[in-house]
Amino acid sequence: MGSITLEHVHKSFGGHPVIPDASLQIEDGEFVVFVGPSGCGKSTLLRLIAGLEDTTSGIIRLDGEDVTDQGPASRGLAMVFQSYALYPHMTVRQNIGFPLKMANTDKATAERKVADAARVLNLTDYLDRKPRELSGGQRQRVAIGRAIVRQPKAFLFDEPLSNLDAALRVNMRIEITELHQQLKTTMVYVTHDQVEAMTMADKIVVLNAGRIEQVGSPMELYRNPANKFVAGFIGSPRMNFLEGPAADKYRAATIGVRPEHMRISRESGEWAGRVGVAEHLGSDTFFHIHVDGAGMQTVRTEGEKDFAPGDPVWLSPDPSHIYRFDQSGLALR
Amino acid sequence: MARQVSTRRKLAFTALAWIVALILFFPILWTILTSFKTEQEAIASPPMIIPSWTIENYIEVQIRSDYFRHFFNSVWISVGSTLIALLIAIPSAWAMAFTPTPRTKDVLMWMLSTKMMPAVGVLVPMYLIFRDTGALDTVWGLTIVLTLINLPIVIWMLYTYFREIPVDILEAARMDGAILWKELVYVLVPMAVPGIASTLLLNVILAWNEAFWTINLTASKAAPLTAFISSFSSPQGLFWAKLSAASTLAIAPILVLGWLSQKQLVRGLTFGAVK
Amino acid sequence: MATRESRTLARIMMAPSVIVLLIWMIVPLVLTLWFSFQNYNLLNPITSFAGLLNYQFFVTDPAFLQSIGNTLLLVGGVLLITVVGGILLALLLDQPIFGQGIVRILVISPFFIMPPVAALIWKNMLMHPGYGIFARIAETFGFQPVDWFAQFPLFSIILIVAWQWLPFATLILLTALQSLSEEQKEAAEMDGANALRRFIYIVLPHLARAITVVILIQTIFLLGIFAEVLVTTNGGPGYNSTNLAFLVYRTALLSFDVGGASAGGVIAVILANIVAIFLMRAVGRNLDA
Ligand SMILES: Nc1ncnc2c1ncn2[C@@H]1O[C@H](COP(=O)(O)OP(=O)(O)O)[C@@H](O)[C@H]1O
Ligand SMILES: [Mg+2]
Repeated sequence: MGSITLEHVHKSFGGHPVIPDASLQIEDGEFVVFVGPSGCGKSTLLRLIAGLEDTTSGIIRLDGEDVTDQGPASRGLAMVFQSYALYPHMTVRQNIGFPLKMANTDKATAERKVADAARVLNLTDYLDRKPRELSGGQRQRVAIGRAIVRQPKAFLFDEPLSNLDAALRVNMRIEITELHQQLKTTMVYVTHDQVEAMTMADKIVVLNAGRIEQVGSPMELYRNPANKFVAGFIGSPRMNFLEGPAADKYRAATIGVRPEHMRISRESGEWAGRVGVAEHLGSDTFFHIHVDGAGMQTVRTEGEKDFAPGDPVWLSPDPSHIYRFDQSGLALR
Repeated sequence: MARQVSTRRKLAFTALAWIVALILFFPILWTILTSFKTEQEAIASPPMIIPSWTIENYIEVQIRSDYFRHFFNSVWISVGSTLIALLIAIPSAWAMAFTPTPRTKDVLMWMLSTKMMPAVGVLVPMYLIFRDTGALDTVWGLTIVLTLINLPIVIWMLYTYFREIPVDILEAARMDGAILWKELVYVLVPMAVPGIASTLLLNVILAWNEAFWTINLTASKAAPLTAFISSFSSPQGLFWAKLSAASTLAIAPILVLGWLSQKQLVRGLTFGAVK
Repeated sequence: MATRESRTLARIMMAPSVIVLLIWMIVPLVLTLWFSFQNYNLLNPITSFAGLLNYQFFVTDPAFLQSIGNTLLLVGGVLLITVVGGILLALLLDQPIFGQGIVRILVISPFFIMPPVAALIWKNMLMHPGYGIFARIAETFGFQPVDWFAQFPLFSIILIVAWQWLPFATLILLTALQSLSEEQKEAAEMDGANALRRFIYIVLPHLARAITVVILIQTIFLLGIFAEVLVTTNGGPGYNSTNLAFLVYRTALLSFDVGGASAGGVIAVILANIVAIFLMRAVGRNLDA
């Protein structure tokens, strides 16, 4: 079991509030991703759950039990750090076995569990190496191995992939998702990368300046962002925002159109502009268009299109995919 | 970086460096050589460079002045005081390195300031306290004093080493279910072994060579090598070969330790201010 | 890492060191202060309040001013020799040379020699007017050997102490020198700076912090020089080589004048504190670097 509940959790560092007031329910077995720009308090929130920081006020429950005043050692959670935090003086075997040793597990059981974990993570051949003799991806797996042997109530990940190169990052993303499908244990995963959030999460928690902006499944957030911040943060390339007369027409302070919902044409359309930079990805092309009176807008088109820089073009939004926001940035429905 | 240096230039600098180094080392070398001469050879004119390699002097020093008693006093005092200081300092440095507060820096500064108190400033009360508690001329009494005077340096050195250990790793241990003493014993101490070892080495050296309290608070029973050698300062006649033998015996152990720890010396004694 | 629990724990872990050092700092210092206002001689069982008399006697003693002067000369002289010599030596050792490791070991060695041994070696083997190496060298060239400790007692002690501390200065300055990036030197060379200019505009500023550290740390130790004086001149002839530390020792353990020695101790503490303030500032500034 591993449900996590935050009730009006507040955290200040030396009088400076970092998490003003957070309430959140994480169900047993869910894969929850905290996402937000760096410095917004994701790690702090995770560390509060871990018990590495204490709350200034508010209550944290694990499986309904109030653990606010318990230390990290007794909460039964496992954590994977950004730096991996492997013990440099121990072999892979000892690293993975460390939580079992701390729990006074008998030797035979511990050995079996370490061997099992190593097999799952493809580390069997490296058990007697020291962390410094491993590649980044292998270190990452050792950190995960150390987390799974203890069968924790929940896993906490703090930007675990940010030290890996791009290709490896995609692999590990899949491995962690598979691991979750296998173990069905609650996972709380922190990242600043919305792609990771979208691809891995059952539930995304979008944070901004310590505030929870919206909670929901990836597609909910994509389809129905609660406000401008979420709309801008989820989705890549970023949503286009237009103000002034363009928005007035739709009775909103701001309207948002995702690049994939923007049509580009030489002949006609709603807004006139000129082609700026074109980014060719092969499967897609992103055009950055200088729109008269509305600044730079991005359009995503499939395949290759032959607009050259400087060409005059027209843009028009897909009418069924226009997001409207009021003066304070809240979504209008 | 890998620029080609002309061999001529390198040879010239090599010669110069070796000459300077040998001049600086000469007093030590000469003492060691003299310790293997007979007393006649020691004062021969012109000076005799190659000794006749007698070990007479060493035997004499041991028989007359009981070198080994002083040697062991030195060992007990320097090693003992360093170990006690480490025992007190490790938890303290751990706390300051990993749970810093806005006041941590002030506390460290204050600790260092106790090191600056001149020994003569408190010689009188220390002497009287020692006299009245029966600590005068005892190994344990000196051990306590040397623990105290080196404690700030030990804490500082450990602090600078501990700060290089990522706090993540200690937090990981805590997440893995390690309670405090297990975190210290299984994770912090093994990772800090090199730092602790060089702290130990440097402080043994400092304690071994401490020559104010060891001279003023001992008479004979607990006298370490500093006091032992000072008793040779009023010579009854010329006995330089024996003096050299005694000197060689007093410095040899620590000279070797010093060579081993010269790299850590800079960091330790400058409190990490020069790297 | 910062929960209420871990902070409480941290305080408990720090407690022993703080308590021990607090006692070590306060008890002897308060006693010294107390004694300094007492008429108290170990040979005379009766003690009485003395007011500022001890300070008056200590300060008006001709030996006092001389000892302050000697202390300053000793510290200043050693600093001058070790800093200048240390820079030159560090520059030399920074060059590519054969047997660098051994040269380093030879140069650093004097630092590990305990003060009484260093003093004895110099006094007897090198500076002895009859049989010392220096005398032998002088004779070879037909000069009259110098009786170092009779003619230049303070200078002789400065020489011995400088020999002991030169390695320390050299090692620190060498470490600092080696942290100077090669690229910076090469950039200066590309800009057309010759060796001397490179030294003045690039190397010396880079060494400034290390030089400060050398000066300040050596000062702490040099203010308390004791064994070298005890072993070589015993403060003489007259008071010519008596520094403050030795004067206090002499008053306390040779004249058994507890009150007078304590007054001297208090003065030494004040003197050291003035120096310490500067040291704390410099080291403190570098603490977070
Ligand atoms: N121990 C701390 N003391 C003071 N401020 C902190 C501490 N930890 C984090 N903060 C501040 O809290 C804010 C959120 O930090 P963090 O949770 O690490 O952000 P994120 O992980 O989202 O990048 C930042 O502004 C950071 O400066
Ligand atoms: Mg973070």
